Order: sequence, then structure tokens, then C-alpha cells
Amino acid sequence: MKRSFTFFALLTLGLLCYALYQGMVVAPTEATMGDVQRIFYYHLPHAWVAFLLFFTNFLASIWYLVRRTQQSDALALASAEVGVVFCTVVLVTGPLWARPVWGIWWTWDARLTSTLVLWLIYVSYLVLRRFATGAQTQVLAAALAIFGFVDVPIVYLSIRYFRTQHPQPVIAGGEGSGLDPRMWTAVLWNLAGFLSFALLLIWQRYRLALAENAVEEAHANRALGPEAEMPAKPDSRGFAPEYGSAPKMGNKPR
Amino acid sequence: MTVMAVARRTLAKDLRLEWRAKDAVNSMLFFALLVVVIFSFSFDPTAEESRRIAGGLVWVAFLFAAVVALNQTWARELRNQVLDAYRVSPAPAVSLFLAKAVGNFILVSVLEALMTPLFIVFYNLRSVGPAYQLLVIAVLGTWALVVNGTFFAAISIRTRSREIMLPLILFPISIPALLAMVDATTSVLTGEASPRFWMQLLAVYDVVFTTVCLALFDTVINAE
Repeated sequence: MKRSFTFFALLTLGLLCYALYQGMVVAPTEATMGDVQRIFYYHLPHAWVAFLLFFTNFLASIWYLVRRTQQSDALALASAEVGVVFCTVVLVTGPLWARPVWGIWWTWDARLTSTLVLWLIYVSYLVLRRFATGAQTQVLAAALAIFGFVDVPIVYLSIRYFRTQHPQPVIAGGEGSGLDPRMWTAVLWNLAGFLSFALLLIWQRYRLALAENAVEEAHANRALGPEAEMPAKPDSRGFAPEYGSAPKMGNKPR
Repeated sequence: MTVMAVARRTLAKDLRLEWRAKDAVNSMLFFALLVVVIFSFSFDPTAEESRRIAGGLVWVAFLFAAVVALNQTWARELRNQVLDAYRVSPAPAVSLFLAKAVGNFILVSVLEALMTPLFIVFYNLRSVGPAYQLLVIAVLGTWALVVNGTFFAAISIRTRSREIMLPLILFPISIPALLAMVDATTSVLTGEASPRFWMQLLAVYDVVFTTVCLALFDTVINAE
């Protein structure tokens, strides 16, 4: 397990380094925006990975409600947490890019607003997981995850009704869209690098969640364990049992 | 008993309790009144301006007030383990949910009916567009708030710090519904645009989330 982690981590590091080189050196400077446009190589892959992780969270939550396995719940938790981190990166790199290019940090445009609402929904999911207690947490969280994901198309539809400032999809958009092939290469390498990074994080978070569950279960079992381990408690009338007065094994009182 | 019969009995019981105690309605009404007064101090609008912002003010006030009622939905059933008794009884969980959601819908509608005249007086409101559309928007919008609110209240009573939890999980999901209510109301009041799209969106939202609530409620109420 440790060896495969090291291997995976090194692979991720290599991919990210190569992607950095592709984005910063190989990809040509954009004609009108200049070097600022290179944020694009981080902005877009993070957005795609975040959406992918939220979708994973949705599938894992449904699977949890159907099968009730600890693994699917751990996957749902891990993908939501890492997804929120990636979505945060999207929301931070967006304004950094928008300020020099559009002249404003933020605008209530369709895609920005829907991403923000998406982020809010999944933060509320994590808040619920933090505040709910006991084993029911997993069921409640899975239900909320389904509500959240069902809400996404409605959010997008409602907010698109406003004027849009964000550029139309550059990739596979309409007329006049399209990227220089070298930019494409940089996007794909960054996507591969960050996807690999996300998988690495999820894998570790997933194992941690399973370990936490196992520890909790062990504590619960210990508390329910043989009576000999339990401290003497007062009975329902408030009398503490006298030490040694409990009926011994094989010596049942009549 | 059928689903509807159980729902009807539960609803009748809840309404009778509310009629005798008037806890939820009174606290909601007073809360909404405070919001109206504070808003009018904060903005001090002219008649023209108030038509533009009234949609937002009205629905934000109703939303906050509705949370007060929604938080009390299940609190009553926790006393004496009524909810546990309900869970072990053969009565379908869906009918309990329907009764609670319809009960909240009635409470919030009463609140809206009582508060709307106040809004009209305090903000000098007069609708430019056809006012009957506001009624449709109110029904669709109230159900949108209440159906998810009732469901999420059932989630939030199982957490620590229950009262805070409900708005934290309800508001993010309700953003599209709130946007639709506010924009539809503003379109009607100013008469500048057609509220058609927003009303359709609200209807879709209602259908989708009512379905999801009914499908998942059994799971959530029996979560251990």
C-alpha cells in the first residue's frame, strides 16, 4: 500500500511538473490577453475535475442508500471534500483572471453564479456531515447529496436566464471557437496532472474515513463489551450495587 | 388506513394544536413584522423604487419567517418520543411527510395573507401588471419553500445545534426557487416583463423536489 502510494505520488508530481512546463513555456502567449491567459490552464481543469467529483459524490450517495456500504459513504465524503477544494480554486482563479481582462473581480453572470451556488450547496453538505451525530449522519448526508445534485440543472437553467458575460465554451463551442493546438496540449496535460492529484487526495481521504469508521466501531463495541469491564453503575432505584454481590456464574439465585 | 386518511388525521391534529397554542403563527407573524419595519428603515424607498425592490423584500421576509415555523415542525413530535412511536407504527411515512408539508403550507399562507396588506401600506405598492398572477406565484413559491423546508427540518432535528442547521442546508438548495419567486414578483409589479419563464421554473422545481422528498423521506425518518 505504501509503495503504491509513493509510486502514485511521484507520478502525480511528474505530471504536474510537465503540465507546468507545457502551460508556462510551450503554450503560446494569447494575442489579446497576454500572459494572464495562462491562468486558463489551471482554471478550466480544476472546474472539470470539481464537476466530476461532485458527480462521483452523487453516484456514491445513491449507492450508499441502496447498499449501505461503508466504502460508498467514505467515497462520497472524500469526493465532496476534494471537490469543494477544487471548486474553491476555480472561484479564486476566476476573479484573478477577470480583473485584468474584464476590469472587474466578479460579475453575477450565469456560469460564475452557478459555480458559486454549487460551491455553497456542497459546503452545506460538509457542514451537515460535521454537525450530524452518530450513524445516521451517513443517511442524512446521502439524502442531502441527492437534493444538491438534482438542484444543479435547475440552478443552471434559472441563472442562465440572465445576461452572460463569461465567454461561450471555447472548446467545442460555436463558430469562431477553438484553441491553438499547443494550448490544447497544455490544457490536457494540466487536466491529467490535476485529475491525478485529485485521485491521490481522494484515495487517502477515503482510507482515512474508513479508518475513522473502524475506530468508532471499535469504541462502540468496547462500550458494549463484557459486563466485567463496565464500571459499577447505580441501578434504577439509585442504589449502587455492592461489590461482589452480583450473582456468580453457575450459581443462579432461585 | 390509506396514505391520505393518515395524512388527513395527522394534519387535523397539527392544525388543532396550532389553533389552540398559536405558537408558530404568532412568532412567525411578529418576526415578519419586524423584518418589514427594519427593511423600510434601511431602504426608505419611493413608490417607484419600492415596486422594483418589493419582490425581493417580500420573499426574503417570508423566507426568514417560514424558517421559524419549519423549525417547529418536528420539535413537537420529539417530546414523549412521538416520532419513535410513529416509526414503529404501520402508518406510511409518506403520509406523515405530506401532513407536515401541507400544514406548513397552510401556516405560511396564512402569514402571507396577513402580511401582504402591511407591505402594501408600508411600501405604497400598486401592481402595474395583472395582480392575479401574484397569487399563482405565491402558491408555487410557498410550496417550493415548504416542501424542502419540511424535509430538511427532519434532517436538522437530528443534528447538534438544530435551529441553526435548517437555514444552512435549506438556503443553498432554495436559491433557484427564491430567484424565480423574486423575479416573477418583480416582473408582475413593474409590468415590464413576462413572469412566464419563472412561473414555469417554479412549477418544475415544485414537481421535481416533491418527488425527491416523497422518495427519500422514508429513508431519512428511519435513519439510525
